[in-house]
Amino acid sequence: MIKKIIVLFILVVVGIFLIEAFTKIPFGVKRSGVSDFYLIESPQTNKVANVVTSIVVNFRGFDTLGEVTVLFLAATGLGSILYRRRKKKFHEARVKIASSRILQIGAQMIFPVVILLGAYIFIHGHLTPGGGFQGGVIIATGFLLLMISYRGFSVNHRTISWIESLAGMTFVGFGLIGLIKGTTFLQNFLPTGELNNLISGGIIGIIYVAVGFKVASELTGALDTFLLNNKQVTHLEDEE
Amino acid sequence: MNNFLSISVYGSAIILILIGLYGVLAKKNLLKVVIGLSIVDSGLHLLFVAIGYVKDGTAPIFSPEVIGKNVQMVDPVPQALVLTAIVIGFAVTAVALSLVVRLYRHYNTAHIDEIKNLKW
Repeated sequence: MIKKIIVLFILVVVGIFLIEAFTKIPFGVKRSGVSDFYLIESPQTNKVANVVTSIVVNFRGFDTLGEVTVLFLAATGLGSILYRRRKKKFHEARVKIASSRILQIGAQMIFPVVILLGAYIFIHGHLTPGGGFQGGVIIATGFLLLMISYRGFSVNHRTISWIESLAGMTFVGFGLIGLIKGTTFLQNFLPTGELNNLISGGIIGIIYVAVGFKVASELTGALDTFLLNNKQVTHLEDEE
Repeated sequence: MNNFLSISVYGSAIILILIGLYGVLAKKNLLKVVIGLSIVDSGLHLLFVAIGYVKDGTAPIFSPEVIGKNVQMVDPVPQALVLTAIVIGFAVTAVALSLVVRLYRHYNTAHIDEIKNLKW
């Protein structure tokens, strides 16, 4: 009981200070700063319609490389924390209860559409809202749908790590080519084309497609690791 | 109108942060603690995007309808930062969940009080 009171006291104090701080920040006011530079430079120099994509992949491209690395480290850490030797009865029960026929057939019908939507979103990342991360997450949800509706479904980890490494190397490779041909890492060395065309923006579209593949394969691998381990835990409980 | 919008957006962000903190501080189940962390994340993202809002601004995308017309656009920098923050939040949640699974496997429970040396 005393603990709850302490917690509520802390929350009230934090809340009062947050409200104090945020009533002082003007809302909906244009702040002068680096955003003007991005808003002018992105359609003129980079020929990229989506300014957020332009910032994430071009102006702050190195930061995005670090972000992708963090994602990779998380997936690796997940695998190493949850590692367990595989058992023979491995393929039998990913989920304890088999899902219904309706879910299975529905999943079959929805899965290609989900993959198509994800691919659309990361290919058009420089024209419309969305991009590599969002498209990759959508593709991983498609695989999650299959994993929870089919008990025997499992992804091939070797293929996943190949796709992941190739996508990562594409990212770094384009960055290094920019360093060789231009002046800086991730320099835009391809012709930029016209604003609002699918093939525009030089390397930005290509890098976002690589990021999409990388995120999709990493998330699918992470989901597979989680579900795999649940199953092994239930197996152990069955045996004991 | 602007005042109402600012109060509702900032208010809901602050409420989300407080709900998440409550979950982290008061809940005994480790899974719920992790859920609380990701609720704090959502509140912070909402706060970031709200700070970048410009009155009557559109999304920062130069689609053919917008080009040539002098339209106001919202600040794209916080949106790019939130994109990064979401991914980092995902990574943190995934690693935390894997630790919870590992603890559950060792102690056969995810309840803090039943796991030794984790009481306060």
